Amino acid sequence: MELHSIKDLLADHPVFKDFDEETLDLLAGCGRNEHFAKGSLIYKEGDEADKVYIIRRGDVAIEIAAPGRPAIVVETLNQGDVAGWSWLVPPYRSSADARAVTEVSAVSLDANCVRGKCDDHPALGYQIFKTWLPHLTKRVRAQRLQLLDLYGAG
Amino acid sequence: MDAANAQDPMVPHRYRVAEVWEELDDVTTMSLLPVDGPPRPFKAGQFNMLYAYGVGEAAISISGDPAVPERLIHTTRNVGRVSAALTRLRAGDMLGVRGPFGSDWPVEDQKGRHMLFVAGGLGLAPLRGAVCQALANRLEYEEVSLLFGARSPDDLLYRSQVAEWGAFSGANVEVTVDMAARGWTGHVGVVTTRLERILGTSDPANVSVFICGPEIMMRFTAQDLTELGVPASRIWVSMERNMKCALGFCGHCQWGPDFVCKDGPVFRYDQIGKRLAIREI
Amino acid sequence: MQAAPGDSFVISSPAPLIGALVGAGWRVIGPQEVDGTIAYEELRTADDLPRGRTDDQEAGHYRLTEGRPEAWFDYVVGPQSWKKWLYPSRRKLWSATKTADGFEIDDRAEDYPKTAFFGVRPCEIAAIERQDAVFDNGSFTDTDYARRRAATLIVAVQCARSAATCFCASMNTGPHAEEGFDLALTELDPDGDHRFLLQIGSAQGAALADGLPLRDATGDDHATARLAAAHAAAQQTRRLPADIAPRLKGKEDHPGWQAVAEKCLHCANCTLACPTCFCSDVEDTNDLTGDHTERWRVWDSCFSLDFSYIHGGAVRQDPAARYRQWLTHKLSSWHDQFGSSGCVGCGRCIAWCPVGIDITEEAAVIARDDG
Repeated sequence: MELHSIKDLLADHPVFKDFDEETLDLLAGCGRNEHFAKGSLIYKEGDEADKVYIIRRGDVAIEIAAPGRPAIVVETLNQGDVAGWSWLVPPYRSSADARAVTEVSAVSLDANCVRGKCDDHPALGYQIFKTWLPHLTKRVRAQRLQLLDLYGAG
Repeated sequence: MDAANAQDPMVPHRYRVAEVWEELDDVTTMSLLPVDGPPRPFKAGQFNMLYAYGVGEAAISISGDPAVPERLIHTTRNVGRVSAALTRLRAGDMLGVRGPFGSDWPVEDQKGRHMLFVAGGLGLAPLRGAVCQALANRLEYEEVSLLFGARSPDDLLYRSQVAEWGAFSGANVEVTVDMAARGWTGHVGVVTTRLERILGTSDPANVSVFICGPEIMMRFTAQDLTELGVPASRIWVSMERNMKCALGFCGHCQWGPDFVCKDGPVFRYDQIGKRLAIREI
Repeated sequence: MQAAPGDSFVISSPAPLIGALVGAGWRVIGPQEVDGTIAYEELRTADDLPRGRTDDQEAGHYRLTEGRPEAWFDYVVGPQSWKKWLYPSRRKLWSATKTADGFEIDDRAEDYPKTAFFGVRPCEIAAIERQDAVFDNGSFTDTDYARRRAATLIVAVQCARSAATCFCASMNTGPHAEEGFDLALTELDPDGDHRFLLQIGSAQGAALADGLPLRDATGDDHATARLAAAHAAAQQTRRLPADIAPRLKGKEDHPGWQAVAEKCLHCANCTLACPTCFCSDVEDTNDLTGDHTERWRVWDSCFSLDFSYIHGGAVRQDPAARYRQWLTHKLSSWHDQFGSSGCVGCGRCIAWCPVGIDITEEAAVIARDDG
């Protein structure tokens, strides 16, 4: 029952919309449902990146703490986004804080579990690469624009 | 042409400042009433040349509601000599006005569609009249949305009106900033990150978009919209170039074959999209 | 003799015509030798004309030299053009005076008496017509330009000789004009049976011709005039291809722009000498008290960095972008804007470029590589 619903939740998410049944079954085995109260910390800079969060509902702020001032929000993520990319790349440590701005519902995938399945089924790894990379690219492109500080002068 | 009696289009009409509002640190909005003759009707997206006595003229977009032509509304950011003088004007002061000039946002033609406004920074000023027009006929559009991006929560123009549009006027409003401190509960990220969501379940082929903001922001926004399926012929942008006359005489605002002053400032994206990517044109 | 538009006559000298114009109250502007160049200034008599002078022009080179002593019109165009009279380099737009509660505007126009342009070359007629289209663009009319233009009479001089910089034949703007003048003179046979063919172009021109010592033009007179025009056209070695406008499109990244920018000093000479360049700036001048202010329109150039300034910086920072703007506007986008080329082939920009950049060569470089 639990496995089945995780699979459905994943299938509903834009990141997984092109995945076939078999692959979703594999991934669902690594997943669990999570809920975060408004204001709570989802993960923290420096934490081991042992999970990746598939956001189903709510807003997540990616924050970088600075001494003597409130943390700076560099990006907000919402329904349809994925939070926590550090699970993919060594040394598997989170590089920013993620905080629930509203109540947040997500499916978390256990990073060790997914990495293990990718090692066993290279095709799964390739599929994740193909469908997730465009999302990452979009975020990098958006952050480039953000860097330009376009509205500064006008 | 009767040259002897024709009105010289370089000579301004005198207006007087009725009210001034401090919008942001370096941005003011003022309403103007004509001293010489009746108010001149305008369309949303057009601009005036505003003259500050002894200092000079600047092209400033009209931010008022075309349904209320009696009062000219202009929002000015202090970025140069003329705009500094304009932002120093107070109620009762006189200034010169030439206009209205240029092409307008074709709001009426988009009825039946999801009308999306994408504003960046002060780019909301030239869109304001068009938003008012669309919301006045809200039910004739499938949806009216405003996606508004600014540098930080302190740089949001027309803050209370934007909130009111969302809360009471039937607009679907999303505000996003480039940078915020913890405590800001809105979005952080450039406007392009929110396009997919604000389009929602609308058929992209039935969406019309007016974009106004820095040129790079308009370029990327229009590109992303076409990737999402919005036809390039349903996207309009508002361009900015140096202008001295607003009549097509001074040559400064040329952008490829177009004079931004009279062929623009509002251009349809399918007609100029390629040009947006050409450097230093 | 009753003259009518389309008629042609023969007159022995330009002097009676200038006399008639002055006598009829026209201010006559025509070619004179000023500072070693042909300049367009007020003429009192035909003696003010630079008779016997000719010019030697090449890229970056202009000299007035001794020519055939009898010839009145053996020189072609100098650095100035008629735009200095129709579209002056500095013009007060209006002034304003401070009052207790604001300011008053004074927009009285400067006096422009009825004026005859004497010695307008065919390429210059074309240039005036190109500026006519600019200053009455369908949306707006430059009322000052229109007023000057309406009070101006054009006495053309057809070209019987080309300078090395001339390329009007390839632009279809010369060396012979069929229309666009009130009167036109063609100088015939200065070394022999010296005379002038006088063509009547308008009713106003016809009225002026009526009082002149004329005889009817013969077939031989017309044949000699045609030969003179053919000779002038045959002398031209420079040219622009007829399809240059489309061939310059989509070439924004052509390496030729950088190559020419390495030579170009962005001095703006070409834009000032060009008879069609129309860009302007506006300047505000105040007296010390601030009680009186004036707005002046002054010629500007797309070669200056400030030209494209918007807050934050100039759009065209790179000199290559500024040269590209000038050349593509002149030869290509002008067609989109006004239905004709912005170039009339007068060659001024070639002669007056201090480093001898040649618009015909640069355009050919950009147009050559398709791809």
